[in-house]
Amino acid sequence: MNRGLLSSYDWRRPVVRRTARTVHAVLLVLLFLVGLGPVLWLAKSAITPTQDTLRDPLALWPHGVDLSTIATAWTRVQIDRYFLNTVLLAAGSWLVQLVVATTAGFVLSVLRPRYRHAVSGVVLATMFVPSIVLLVPMYLTMVHLSLINTFWAVWLPSGASAFNVLIVQRFFANLPREVFEAARVDGAGAGRLFWSLVLPMSKPIIGVVSVFAVIASWKDFLWPMLVLPDPSVQPLSVRLPALQPFVELDVFLAALAIATVIPVALFLVFQRLFLRNDALSGAVKG
Amino acid sequence: MTITAEKPTTAATGRPPVRRRRRSLVTWVRGGGLGALLFLLPMLVVFTAFSWYPIAESVVMSFQQTNLVTAPVFVGLDNFRTVLTDPLLWTAVRNTLWFALLALLLGYPVPLVAAVLMSEVRRFRGLYSALAYLPVVIPPVVAVLLWKFFYDAGPTGVFNTVLRAVGLGPLPWLQDSSTAMASLVMEATWAAAGGTVIIYLAALTSVSPDLYEAAEIDGASVWRKIWHVTLPQLRGVLLITFILQIIGTAQVFLEPFLFTSGGPAHATTTILLLIYDYAFAGTLGGDYGSATALSVLLALVLAVFSAVYFRLTRSWGTL
Repeated sequence: MNRGLLSSYDWRRPVVRRTARTVHAVLLVLLFLVGLGPVLWLAKSAITPTQDTLRDPLALWPHGVDLSTIATAWTRVQIDRYFLNTVLLAAGSWLVQLVVATTAGFVLSVLRPRYRHAVSGVVLATMFVPSIVLLVPMYLTMVHLSLINTFWAVWLPSGASAFNVLIVQRFFANLPREVFEAARVDGAGAGRLFWSLVLPMSKPIIGVVSVFAVIASWKDFLWPMLVLPDPSVQPLSVRLPALQPFVELDVFLAALAIATVIPVALFLVFQRLFLRNDALSGAVKG
Repeated sequence: MTITAEKPTTAATGRPPVRRRRRSLVTWVRGGGLGALLFLLPMLVVFTAFSWYPIAESVVMSFQQTNLVTAPVFVGLDNFRTVLTDPLLWTAVRNTLWFALLALLLGYPVPLVAAVLMSEVRRFRGLYSALAYLPVVIPPVVAVLLWKFFYDAGPTGVFNTVLRAVGLGPLPWLQDSSTAMASLVMEATWAAAGGTVIIYLAALTSVSPDLYEAAEIDGASVWRKIWHVTLPQLRGVLLITFILQIIGTAQVFLEPFLFTSGGPAHATTTILLLIYDYAFAGTLGGDYGSATALSVLLALVLAVFSAVYFRLTRSWGTL
């Protein structure tokens, strides 16, 4: 078996075993409290009347369950509309990112024109530039293009992700080239190569890009806030802070809970993607 | 592909230039050059419009007086002068450094300790990492608004209730300039630590068992193994996460913006908040020149860290 810090001899010593077990149990309790605690608290408080939450915020079990808060948030506070906006923004960003990253990766790693190194270079160079630099010029571009208050203002810039291009390019470079040569000999053009060979072989990397695109879009706040000033097109992340002063606490917490469901569900379903090391290189752009 | 590779030989023959160019253009199209360019088009358009052009434009704008109404005017170094003489800048720089320092003290050791402990877990390790990572997937806005409620300064606030149970508090949390920044850092650490834990866990599995065995033959205790084997082996990854954290904390925006709007008394005004204020919070249209000047200055500082990060990840082959 793959060993770590402690040897099998260590593990046989009662002192070590007992200490390790105790530490691990304490760690598990802490992780439950810190990791899951706030989520569970939110879930409970979303269906607890305001008075109960305020009087005894740490009560383990709600006094009276009030499911109507969810319904109120969904309809009267129009969370349904903002939820739909969030979904549409995520879906569009996902599509743009996927199209840009797969076509670019295809050219750079499979078709390999001679200028590919220059192109890869200028794409990679953008990773050095913190996104804050883009904020004002991109905002003014959106104003000049009259894209303010349209979803395009969020969808299109999301495609300019050097990280996506990089990981897709790396994945495509490892696909077996003999298959492409054989297809070429049989007369397949670039389009055929892309659609019938490369894409079907690339489901894993498409999955990674997709999940991270949706989560990132769901998390995004500053950019949508700037380019979507009209509340009727805003996503949840932008709308929630603005709503807070006008909504009763239980309904507000219900709205927060609704905004959390999709990302947490995605995480639970695609755990493997998140808990592998892929996140390391992506973190640089914050 | 093969035809494109022949292009230099065609060019080398002594045909008349016009004909040669037409000929090589035809071979280029026949060889799939045009197809490749068409496939590259989405990326070229998106990157030009939303990455390359804005980066260049931001440098140009930092030397201009710009608003949405009149044509931009070049003003030399005026914007930089305005920014560097703004007394708020130094407050913002100090606050950002303070945030970064607190985040290092609080947030840097926690994931490391957690990961070293978790790497020895033999059952349900997946559960441990899933629990540690869960806060990372909670939308940051939701997390901040939730913690804002937890931070209620009254005696019945969630955290103050917990403190009372152990005989402490109540603390003013976000209400007081002495505790506000630490409160932001606590939430930010909670929200980000899970990602770092996963990075360390992956690095720990690549530590060679031979090294531990060699240390054991020399009679090393668990502590000495951690100190002389584990930590030195993690050196590279520790440096990478350190740089990532510096780059991240230098750009902190969401927490000060949503928790405190930079208050109380500018105690949590960070550099990004200042840039945002220059550009978008003014009553008479934005001071886009000063905003870009400050962001260019920040980018120059961060580019150094980015370059180091890039070299490390490149040579470590972790990408």
